Amino acid sequence: MSIFINSLKKGLVTVDSACFKALDTSAAENAGKELEKLIRKQFARSFHIREVDTGSCGGCESEIISATNPIYDLQRFGVDFVASPRHADALLVTGPVSKNMELALKKTFEAMPGPKVVITLGDCAGNGGLFADSYYTLGGVKSVLPVTLHIPGCPPKPVEIIAALLRFLKNSK
Amino acid sequence: MDIKNKLNEIEKNSGVKFRDLAERGSRELCLGVTAEDFLKACLCLHKELDSPVRIFFAEDDTVSRGVYRLYCGFEAAKYGQWVFACLDVPKEKPVFPSLAREIFSASLFEREIYEMFGLEPVGSPDARRLRLHDEVWPAGAYPLRKDFVAGAGRGKASGRYAFKKIEGEGVFEVAVGPVHAGIIGPGHFRFSAAGEPVINLELRLGFTHRGVEKLFEGKTPAEGTRLAERVSGDSVFAHSLAFCDAVEKTAQVELPEKALYERVIFLELERMHNHVIDIGTIALDVGYSFPHAYAQVMKEYLLALNEELTGSRYLKGVCVPGGVSVDLTAQAAARLSGSVDAVMKDFAELKKMLYTNSSFMDRVETTGVLGRKIALDLGVTGPAARASGIDRDLRKDFPGVYAAAGFRAAKETAGDALARLNIRVAEFEESARLVKYFSALLKDGGPRSAGPVEPGEGSALGFCEGWRGPVLYRVRIGARGVIERCKIVDPSFNNWQGLAFAVPGNIIPDFPLCNKSFNLSYSGGDL
Repeated sequence: MSIFINSLKKGLVTVDSACFKALDTSAAENAGKELEKLIRKQFARSFHIREVDTGSCGGCESEIISATNPIYDLQRFGVDFVASPRHADALLVTGPVSKNMELALKKTFEAMPGPKVVITLGDCAGNGGLFADSYYTLGGVKSVLPVTLHIPGCPPKPVEIIAALLRFLKNSK
Repeated sequence: MDIKNKLNEIEKNSGVKFRDLAERGSRELCLGVTAEDFLKACLCLHKELDSPVRIFFAEDDTVSRGVYRLYCGFEAAKYGQWVFACLDVPKEKPVFPSLAREIFSASLFEREIYEMFGLEPVGSPDARRLRLHDEVWPAGAYPLRKDFVAGAGRGKASGRYAFKKIEGEGVFEVAVGPVHAGIIGPGHFRFSAAGEPVINLELRLGFTHRGVEKLFEGKTPAEGTRLAERVSGDSVFAHSLAFCDAVEKTAQVELPEKALYERVIFLELERMHNHVIDIGTIALDVGYSFPHAYAQVMKEYLLALNEELTGSRYLKGVCVPGGVSVDLTAQAAARLSGSVDAVMKDFAELKKMLYTNSSFMDRVETTGVLGRKIALDLGVTGPAARASGIDRDLRKDFPGVYAAAGFRAAKETAGDALARLNIRVAEFEESARLVKYFSALLKDGGPRSAGPVEPGEGSALGFCEGWRGPVLYRVRIGARGVIERCKIVDPSFNNWQGLAFAVPGNIIPDFPLCNKSFNLSYSGGDL
């Protein structure tokens, strides 16, 4: 308990953010505030995402998780990641689609209630990336499912993920 | 005794004849053996050198010599050497004697060789395909053969995978995956349980198979480095380092000091951001979310630090054949050192949160025990092995510049989730010390690269101790300076088996904790 109180008093961590010049979260803050307004209006405050990895290296997953860390805290803007496709508005897919994941990807999409959208994240999911020429990949998600939004990057940074979601929701009014 | 004398002694005692193939990079020996001697030779090397099978793969040499050559590699830690037993398998008769009944750590490698090259391990206890799932891939299409054409994979799928069946009164199965509840890679876990405790856990992986090894073929070293960085996204630097190490060995270049120091710094920084989030997530998986949030912030700061130093949060493009692409100035090194000090203050808080909480300690202690004997038999490596009392770390066995820093390898004996947590804590602290030690040695100016690397024809083993364990790249360069064959072993490959043996006896709700205490890479194992 004393640690908890201590941390509240001191702020979450003692790290002096001046040590870390590269960490500029103001872009995420601004994008997030706007995102929140849109989500309140269009999705009755919640935009729920189910994530599926179809053969990514794990880099994209790491950055998606980073977007939910206490610094970016994507959830406070009304976006959350859910455990079941039944609860999801959007399917977020990473990876170049390994043959082994084709069926699972289709089944996950089928299990979602409509209306639903597919978002791809990372260069692999876009067009297969460096793995496009492999004997075992399908060269990106669009060969399997209709894709509405692509977030490029290898991997895209948390700020880029938040900004891309905002742009998408703005344009889909 | 040096390795030559040791091998002579093995020859004398066993009656096996080794043919020196004179095909060597630095620190590796390739010994030709006959098919009759293969099992005996491997068994002797396994016992005498005190090493599981670390790497076992085939190369297609049918065009020039009409054979496939098998390489079964052991780590002779005591001698600072890698030793390969090599067997030529004729194209007309693609079979070889299976090692798996005698040396279990060869088992997964044999299944891999069988499905990728069509070389049958005769007498193997388990010849099921590993990555080319029976439901989507035809029989008889072997992708790593040189004469493989992409169309061969479009035939009719060969059938269904046969899971092991556990039978008995009250036994039920719980199947999980490939799509999991979290933001995580895909894999299928099949638990057999009676009442609460798990009796058997069978893993079916390969869902992220992308044909990485085939993609390396025909690439230049620079292109290969980019691909290596994308094999396992949390071990970007370790993979690129092991790959570059192999290429540099074929070219026989000496690296300038600055490149060696910087490589250690980045390898240790990668270890730090991964270990800290693992420590946090172990807490999360027993429902203790505050330390996890704390660790997430620490990870974010470490990633931001990476970005500040190199322009990349995950250290992409930093390691290049011949050296490093980033020049760390003495000023940058001083800032780095200061940042590490700040991070260590937070780390002390994080530790206190965990180790002073008795309900947390109660959950991790004695959970998911992996015994030393099983870990040795399976060929488990890295922090998971060190938690089970196996005293192996490439930074200790092949120290290089680590020697001067007085590197201390972590060691635990209990083999439970707590031991794996303790290992991470100790390694995080040691990494911080190493980063500071090597930053202090960096000077302004001086070369950070040996210049453009002209890869020589031949092959070499590149390796490093990544945060998850040893990452091995055996690369063969052809006449035109491009890659002919690249065999990758990520520590996840054998360690997944360790998880399967640590879980039985525990309850299914403790699986996430056991899993996280290993935290293995799907993409690294599936390739």
